[in-house]
Amino acid sequence: MIAESGHYALVLALGLALIQSFVPVIGARVKDPALMNMSRSTAIAQFVFVLLSFGALILLHVLSDFSVVNVYENSHSLKPLIYKITGVWGNHEGSMLLWVFILSLFGALVAIFGVNLPLSLRAHVLAVQAWIATAFYLFILLTSNPFLRIANPPLEGRDLNPILQDPGLAVHPPMLYLGYVGFSISFSFAIAALIEGRIDAAWARWVRPWTLMAWIFLTLGIAMGSYWAYYELGWGGWWFWDPVENASLMPWLAGTALLHSAVVMEKREALKIWTVLLAILTFSLSLLGTFLVRSGVLTSVHAFATDPRRGVFILMILCVFIGGSLSFYAWRAASLKQGGLFAPISREGALVLNNLLLTTACATVFIGTLYPLALEVVTGERISVGAPFFNLTFAPLFLPLLLAVPFGPLLAWKRGDLVGAAQRLMVAGVVALVTIAIVWAWQRGGSAFAPLAIGLAMFVILGAAVDIAERVKLFRAPFATSWSRATGLPRSTWGTAFAHAGLGIALIGIVCESTWNIEHIATMRLNDTAQLGSYSATFDGMTSRQGPNYREDIATFTIRQGGALVGMMTPSKRSFTTRGMSTTEAALMTRGVSQLYISLGAADPNGSITARIYYKPLVLLIWFGPVLMAFGGMLSLSDRRLRVGAPKPARPKLSGLAQPAE
Amino acid sequence: MRRLAAIVALVLMAGLPSALHAVQPDEVMHDPAKEARARALSRELRCMVCQNQSIDDSEAPLARDLRLLVRERIAAGDSDKQVLNFLVARYGEFVLLKPPLEEHTLILWFLTPAVLIGGGAGLWLYNRKRWASRREDVTALTPEEEERLGKLIASLSDSTGKS
Repeated sequence: MIAESGHYALVLALGLALIQSFVPVIGARVKDPALMNMSRSTAIAQFVFVLLSFGALILLHVLSDFSVVNVYENSHSLKPLIYKITGVWGNHEGSMLLWVFILSLFGALVAIFGVNLPLSLRAHVLAVQAWIATAFYLFILLTSNPFLRIANPPLEGRDLNPILQDPGLAVHPPMLYLGYVGFSISFSFAIAALIEGRIDAAWARWVRPWTLMAWIFLTLGIAMGSYWAYYELGWGGWWFWDPVENASLMPWLAGTALLHSAVVMEKREALKIWTVLLAILTFSLSLLGTFLVRSGVLTSVHAFATDPRRGVFILMILCVFIGGSLSFYAWRAASLKQGGLFAPISREGALVLNNLLLTTACATVFIGTLYPLALEVVTGERISVGAPFFNLTFAPLFLPLLLAVPFGPLLAWKRGDLVGAAQRLMVAGVVALVTIAIVWAWQRGGSAFAPLAIGLAMFVILGAAVDIAERVKLFRAPFATSWSRATGLPRSTWGTAFAHAGLGIALIGIVCESTWNIEHIATMRLNDTAQLGSYSATFDGMTSRQGPNYREDIATFTIRQGGALVGMMTPSKRSFTTRGMSTTEAALMTRGVSQLYISLGAADPNGSITARIYYKPLVLLIWFGPVLMAFGGMLSLSDRRLRVGAPKPARPKLSGLAQPAE
Repeated sequence: MRRLAAIVALVLMAGLPSALHAVQPDEVMHDPAKEARARALSRELRCMVCQNQSIDDSEAPLARDLRLLVRERIAAGDSDKQVLNFLVARYGEFVLLKPPLEEHTLILWFLTPAVLIGGGAGLWLYNRKRWASRREDVTALTPEEEERLGKLIASLSDSTGKS
């Protein structure tokens, strides 16, 4: 009954989406407010039905109803409750249902919070949302139905892939999807603007919070996925330039560019056509990511060709939406009027440079990810494109970008003063140079890359601080004045500073981890000690225990620093009986922002064990940076200016009251 | 031969100090400089049965074989280039994580500079054109307008002179 109800609710949602696809557009044509307003009710109702459908699937997993194929293939009655729930999106069908659930959630949010949007714009936005939703409901119902039954239900399920049974994976896909799918709103706004042939600063002001929200989730989602790979995959890597990762990095790069160009559009009405194109591209890349991950094309072009039903369907969605929106753009973009002029050296100019570099970086990831696939399809030749390629092509693009980051916020709109900005950045520059010298001296020779990169990171971090210091006239005005100026600064300014500083912090983490990572791989016997810098790890023996659906062999290591006891680390290996698979559970010990990392290899019958022990200096900064970026995004999102839908504060009648300047 | 190398490595390892660098302890080479070269090469080579992993990262048996093969070639005195050529001759270009610049990889390698340079040049031209068109609009004062402007300025300086 539950499965059938869930299935039926999804069919009803499809029906509603079909109505929402056409009726509001017709309403906008004939200027009928009732028809246009219908999109609000259908969007909210759609959300309710998808919620029911998604809830039904969760309930089936929780109840371990193995008469449903999806539950049988991905669950086990002994699996802990949390993984029964998160297992729902640990498989293809369930994750697609999560995808449309989030899509309908965003649709409902626009319907609820978009009260101050012009009626026809809202109608068009929700109609475009419904087009996307229709395509994906059809995809689920026709090729990936999670509610299919088995005629003779088995007694036990096949369990979820053990590496997915992890708290990190519980949160990572929803975050990522909130990001991916969140960009659908920017896309819908872009298409709606093209339909209406009208686009202005107000449009940018509506689009920006949605883009920002999606960007925050995507940033956190990618960071979380990276941290998950770091501790779960067992060799301490945190970014592999894997196509699946690249699939999420591309929309992030394009989305970051979009955020910046939307600023220009909002403040100066310039870059309109470009912003619309970026909004289309960002969501197209999200769709591409969904295609790459969900079609199986990555595992092998041949596997894709042997069971092409799903892949071809997503490919069709991809072609219709990307091709359709780009041709529509080509046709209508000329109707949008261009806005204000600006000199190359100006805030706008800096943001254009940002866009150029981010777009190029995105194109690099794009070609590196898709070229091997395309080449194999066209000529049958197989090549590999991996980390060495991206390190050579992608990394150099971030060098000028990082150099330019501190200058951007210090330049004035329209026509900036580069020399003035450079003067104000003098302190940051000097400290950066001193940092380079110190790091260089400290590492006693070696490659010049690490000191330079750390200096650059310092420049970015201090540049963000200089921006704030300049705005509050720190040290140039009495402290009380600076304080009141600081509290009066728009939150978006603080957001910019935090996000830019986060970039520098992540860079420090990346450089330190990859340059000064200490690695010790050895077969260790009882009481053997490994030395890593100032730390030593002593192998104290193995124990084993029985988990809910696995057996676990745990090794114990005593960690000392300069002879003093610091603590114990207990890496383990889990064997999952149902799937006959095993996972390595690395042990992590955090020391400040550095970490010790132990993961286990093969165990010998004679009691010795292969262990990989790493000391990873400042490694946590790699993820602390993105968290800070997301925090900056949230600050910016909470800015009064951007709180779309918040009722405008009533103006006090008495003009004697001082109005806070914005 | 390969097994022999592994055994040799294993024997050598017993007497080695703790600063080991290898993916498996028994694979490590005696000479730290050579081992470092082997590690660097391992990061450039793909484990062909894995999804996008270098042989340095992978635990697959094939990756281990390749790692040992790399060390074997290094021990035999090959240069880095020769080791890579040897592996390409045996396993094809698929084994390289950084494809060489050839006819069929031109687009792969040149898209980035093309987008950057093309985009930059396009922006520069576009900006110049827009400024130029704006300047034409601004500078195009007709003789009558010039005359009126002159009169206005004259009357303005008159009035300020009087007061």
